Amino acid sequence: MPTLRFIAAGGRTHVVEALPGTSVMAAATANLVPGIVGECGGSCACATCHVYVDEPWLSQLPAPDAMERGMLEGAVEPGPHSRLSCQIQVTEALDGLVLRIPAGQL
Amino acid sequence: MSEAGQRAVVIVGGGQAGGETAAELRKLGYDGRVIIVGEEPFLPYKRPPLSKAYLAGSVGEEQLYMMQAANLDKAGIEYRGGVAVTRIDRAARRVRLADGSELAYDALVLATGGRARPLPVPGADKPNVFLLRTIADVQKIRSRCQAGARVAIVGGGFIGLEAAAVLVKQGLAVTVLEGLPRVLARVTCPEVSAFFERMHREAGVDLRTGVGVTAIEGAAQAERVRLADGSAVEADLVIVGIGLIPNTELAAAAGLAVDNGIVVDAYARTDDPDIYAAGDCSNHPSSFLGRRVRLESVQNAMEQARAAARNIMGRNEAYQMVPWFWSDQYDLKLQMVGVSSGYDQLVVRGDPTTQRNFAVFYLKDGRLIAADTVSRPQDFMLAKKLVAAGAVVDPAQLADEAVALKTLAA
Repeated sequence: MPTLRFIAAGGRTHVVEALPGTSVMAAATANLVPGIVGECGGSCACATCHVYVDEPWLSQLPAPDAMERGMLEGAVEPGPHSRLSCQIQVTEALDGLVLRIPAGQL
Repeated sequence: MSEAGQRAVVIVGGGQAGGETAAELRKLGYDGRVIIVGEEPFLPYKRPPLSKAYLAGSVGEEQLYMMQAANLDKAGIEYRGGVAVTRIDRAARRVRLADGSELAYDALVLATGGRARPLPVPGADKPNVFLLRTIADVQKIRSRCQAGARVAIVGGGFIGLEAAAVLVKQGLAVTVLEGLPRVLARVTCPEVSAFFERMHREAGVDLRTGVGVTAIEGAAQAERVRLADGSAVEADLVIVGIGLIPNTELAAAAGLAVDNGIVVDAYARTDDPDIYAAGDCSNHPSSFLGRRVRLESVQNAMEQARAAARNIMGRNEAYQMVPWFWSDQYDLKLQMVGVSSGYDQLVVRGDPTTQRNFAVFYLKDGRLIAADTVSRPQDFMLAKKLVAAGAVVDPAQLADEAVALKTLAA
């Protein structure tokens, strides 16, 4: 199973094994990673699963659609590395993916 | 103290409020037992996809689970599924289960949710008349949903309309029967209702408003829905989406206050300091609305569950929230924030009679109290901030697409 590495705003790291085919958000919430809320369950409706994805990973992901881009504009402290983790599907190719969690989601 | 001298939180209900309470307790470092007792046989799962992606068959049952069995094990969350809690013994701080076993608690969380309201007409008990609240309901519906089948959906609320959108796309002949003069009448303005009526009709749904249902007719199976004007709608299956009844009986039998939901304070606590309630079943004082409210939304289920967990951990934090909601129908995303009832001015941004994206803003005494947006995520996120702040906004600027909403949120 691919391994995902979540780095909290305070620096603490949570390493999670994720099932391919699920979302990064679902992997985080199922493993109790603090700071990923996922309130809408993955419908791209709430922006409470916001993460920052650094290179080299960011450019490997399918680009966000208009809905995700729109939601990200209103997320807490969005930036050029921002993604909604519910819109990132786990694949074997993402083994080792690093995700930084913002200081707040709500 | 419970068995083996270990503290325990018992959570009644395996929906999202139950699952979230358990997860949050562990995130906060609770080191006693955490036990969820769920009446359904499934692991705690997400309900919003039931009338959307799960009905469409694009996600499987396991993807609905909040946590897989291995994740629950790893987190030390015990799940007792397929068994109801039948009684709370508050003096002994124990609950009794339908299988005769008992569980002791230090804190009890009632996350009992609600059940779909049955259609109160003759024939509604026929085997091809379905409610839509659980995985089991959708499994039964899906087994009848071959392309070409005729489905009559009673209720033009969110459940009915989301199901209509999924099923018409799958090639079923869909009729929606709404008793009120417009769909979504309880939750939105006439302009938004008219927009969704147009979208459904353009997609091929036979959508009828202001029609009463008097009976479900047929031999063994439902064959037609009889309407108040004497006419009938032929159907191979019937789906009923006419609201929710909160599950408050267990609380009431234990002598807890119940008034349109289990009455809790701002800390998600009932009138028994060891018993909390969260989610659809609870009625809480909303500082945002300035009154008590029982909300049926996943946002409330999850946020109030976390509030209950924090207060079990002694944080003494009041639950504060601004209600929001969403619905997916076709390629449209409706997002709503605030509660619009009681508005005195409506501002429309965009044209809902011709476009497929727009926003409406509800004002009361000049303040923004709520907004509904359709496929306009930026407007929704900004509206959330404005509504939370109770912002006073210039209606002319709100309506003017040339004025960026951001400049109003400053």
